[in-house]
Amino acid sequence: MVESAQNCDVVVIGGGNAALCAAITAREAGASVLVVEHAPKAMRGGNSRHTRNLRLMHEAPTKVLSDAYTENDYWDDLLRVTKGETDEYLAKMTIRRSAELSAWMESHGVRFQPSLTGTLDLSRTNAFFLGGGKALLNSYYNTADKLGIKVHYEVEVLDVRREGNVIRDITIVQNGEKAIIVAKSVVVASGGFQANIEWLREIWGGAADNFIIRGTPYAQGKVLKALLNQGIAQVGDPSQFHAVAIDARAPKFDGGIVTRLDCVPFSIVVNRDGKRFYDEGQDMWPKRYAIWGRLVAQCPEQVAYCVFDRKCINLFMPSVFPVFKADSLGELAAQLTLDPGRLAATVAEYNRAVVPGEFNHRILDNCTTQGLNPPKSHWAQPIDSPPFYAYPLRPGITFTYLGIKVDEHARAMTTEGHTMANLFAAGEIMSGNVLGQGYLAGFGMTLGSVFGRIAGAGAAKYAIN
Amino acid sequence: MQSTNTTAEARRLLEICNACRYCEGYCAVFPAMELRRAFSNEDLSYLANLCHNCRGCYYACQYAPPHEFAINLPKTLAELRGETYVEYAWPRPFAVLFQSNGTVISIATAVGIAVTLLLTAWLKSPQALIQPHTGPGSFYEIISEKAMIGVALATTGFSLLALAIGAVRFWRDTGGGSVMNLRALQTAIRDVLTLKNLGGAGEGCNNRDEKFSQVRRRYHHALFYGFTLCMASTTVAAIYDHILGWPAPYSFFSMPVLLGSTGGLGMMIGTAGLYWLKIVGDPEPSARKLLGADYALLMQMFLAAATGELLLAFRDTSAMGILLAVHLGIIFSFFAFMPYSKFVHGIYRSAALLRNAQERLTVKNLAGSLE
Ligand SMILES: Cc1cc2nc3c(=O)[nH]c(=O)nc-3n(C[C@H](O)[C@H](O)[C@H](O)COP(=O)(O)OP(=O)(O)OC[C@H]3O[C@@H](n4cnc5c(N)ncnc54)[C@H](O)[C@@H]3O)c2cc1C
Ligand code: SF4
Ligand code: SF4
Repeated sequence: MVESAQNCDVVVIGGGNAALCAAITAREAGASVLVVEHAPKAMRGGNSRHTRNLRLMHEAPTKVLSDAYTENDYWDDLLRVTKGETDEYLAKMTIRRSAELSAWMESHGVRFQPSLTGTLDLSRTNAFFLGGGKALLNSYYNTADKLGIKVHYEVEVLDVRREGNVIRDITIVQNGEKAIIVAKSVVVASGGFQANIEWLREIWGGAADNFIIRGTPYAQGKVLKALLNQGIAQVGDPSQFHAVAIDARAPKFDGGIVTRLDCVPFSIVVNRDGKRFYDEGQDMWPKRYAIWGRLVAQCPEQVAYCVFDRKCINLFMPSVFPVFKADSLGELAAQLTLDPGRLAATVAEYNRAVVPGEFNHRILDNCTTQGLNPPKSHWAQPIDSPPFYAYPLRPGITFTYLGIKVDEHARAMTTEGHTMANLFAAGEIMSGNVLGQGYLAGFGMTLGSVFGRIAGAGAAKYAIN
Repeated sequence: MQSTNTTAEARRLLEICNACRYCEGYCAVFPAMELRRAFSNEDLSYLANLCHNCRGCYYACQYAPPHEFAINLPKTLAELRGETYVEYAWPRPFAVLFQSNGTVISIATAVGIAVTLLLTAWLKSPQALIQPHTGPGSFYEIISEKAMIGVALATTGFSLLALAIGAVRFWRDTGGGSVMNLRALQTAIRDVLTLKNLGGAGEGCNNRDEKFSQVRRRYHHALFYGFTLCMASTTVAAIYDHILGWPAPYSFFSMPVLLGSTGGLGMMIGTAGLYWLKIVGDPEPSARKLLGADYALLMQMFLAAATGELLLAFRDTSAMGILLAVHLGIIFSFFAFMPYSKFVHGIYRSAALLRNAQERLTVKNLAGSLE
């Protein structure tokens, strides 16, 4: 494989969405392209294989999006979730260029999900991939194949060697054998480092062992570390990540979307000690979905339990793991190995604080609590109708934000403030440039697609000149 | 529908799919699944027959093997469909014919040919088979009119009854209710005639790998409409013969011959194409133990069409006698075994599409959050 690689123009590290967008763009610009993916073919595509939609700016209704979602709307949303921790120039450029994405994606084989029940169920902000992220990647890999892009699976990049403002070569390992690849330009699209538990432990201590990684186990951050060690500028805080509360019984890696739980707003959530710790009904669930990972990560032993009763069992999407179910709270506590007395006391205290209201799970209703700390601001109903139900929760890490700094051409920056001539980055590995904190649903794929295309174009241009 | 390992596996898969729903744009199975939180055996029977085996959801699935969730919906639903054929077969003891169905259908076809040849030789004379016969009524010189019609009506009548009872059993088991909802009937008929679900979301289905293609749908159409033309040809011929009093054979440009020869060609192309797709197709998402049944029915229909065409080509020669006997033997075995061959998939699939069309008239969905 080394021979075939010696004379390639662009090498793309990674096999997810950002990588494929870069590879296809570079190839179409006339460069010869090699993609090196650590995963085997069946598991190719990193976190991207678990995705389902991306967020697109549009001025008028489209086939797959309703209404309009303007640059300003989009920017406001981004500003709100990141609390201003973003790069306005890069963010607005990403937003504007997201408007071209659906046409580009469709012309490279991606299909969007048509409306299922008329136009009503179309989202205003997010376009859904037909079949999800793996189907999207299949389309890109098919396109890559047609274009003559070489893809090598089960090849891990161990190191990237920098000299001044160029990358000289990369070190790979395949079947236990190391080799060097020399290419004129390099695109890094190797994702975050969330699957590297050791690295997470440096930041989170022992708690990291209780984290569940929702996506690919191949996001080891090796390339990221190698670059940071060689004076490529860092963005983002190593402790920042996107995390959600997921079923504690999820597999350690790659559990994906089905381990999610949407029952928090209809429950009380207690920790190991049977105590509540946060307002479960603070806001509409989609807006609060992404804070619960961190909340559970901060609980003792990184575990928590959603407790609710018969009234709520049909109000949310079913989970993939069976719900714990009992006719009394005591029995439920026993199943969860919680102290029955404490759970009963917490529920009793909560029930006393519930103010009667008109329950409506579609709006911020007036079912709330009085004199309870922390309060439950909405959807508070007494937990008193057996059977009682519970789901155990753990933090599910989606991806880390620590990354390398890039300019608007997706070129990596050095700590001295120079731009690298032939090193480009796209996707999670540079998400920290735009996502200082917080997250907008569907933005990961948008960022990867926009920067993947920019990186691919830049890499090809440099290589060909 | 009784509980088996297959129903348990199908339930496991659908519970994962129902928490995922990424494939909801591919076919009718997913939206129907989303209307349920738990899956009774009867729900599973319905969903299995609603699946058209396009395999889109296999290649799209992030949980397909080697993932530990090991989701392989097309394969499991196909296996379950096989079990529903047994479940609803009538009369019940005949359900055993679905065991090793490939062999059963092959033997039935061979026996059908042999019996027709022997009976002809015995009832008429061995010479009748090998002498040339031409002109109106020449076919009846090989096999008597009474025998031909009697056997045809008896077998077809019994088979149609058995198919109808199977359909009723399926319908009752999966929820019963009236079939007389006109809007639903219209939708179901359109879905059957267009094979909408085999079209995926417009790109077709998967055969060898992740790439989509419309060929399977086209071959199936060729087979389906070819078969329909042959049925039309037989009907027209029956009218000519018994009402208008013009016995076969008919001229090359007569209606029955035109319909039959075009239909036969369609059937040959369709069956050969589907056979080929099974051979070159990715074995992973297919239910290997049911392949025998698939191949046998395709072979039987191919032979029925091919011998029909040969009969047309050589009807003025001394080969006609043997060809006619062979052709009728195959047709006989096809109709006699119709309720106990892969043919039943058409019946249950259509019934499932009707149930689906009814269900879709009352849709409600739970929305999840995005990310
Ligand atoms: C369950 C889940 C659901 C999600 N849903 C959505 C969604 O609906 N919409 C959305 O926008 N975002 C979603 N996200 C976030 C989204 O997945 C990411 O933001 C996006 O996929 C990042 O793409 P990427 O190409 O940068 O990284 P990835 O897709 O993770 O690709 C990284 C690639 O690099 C390879 N790699 C890593 N290290 C090496 C190495 N050393 N050598 C060689 N190869 C290497 C990996 O194998 C992988 O192929 C979701 C994430 C998860 C986990
Ligand atoms: S087949 Fe896989 S991707 Fe499709 S809905 Fe089921 S679990 Fe999800
Ligand atoms: S194989 Fe095709 S028809 Fe069957 S469930 Fe999957 S997507 Fe639907």
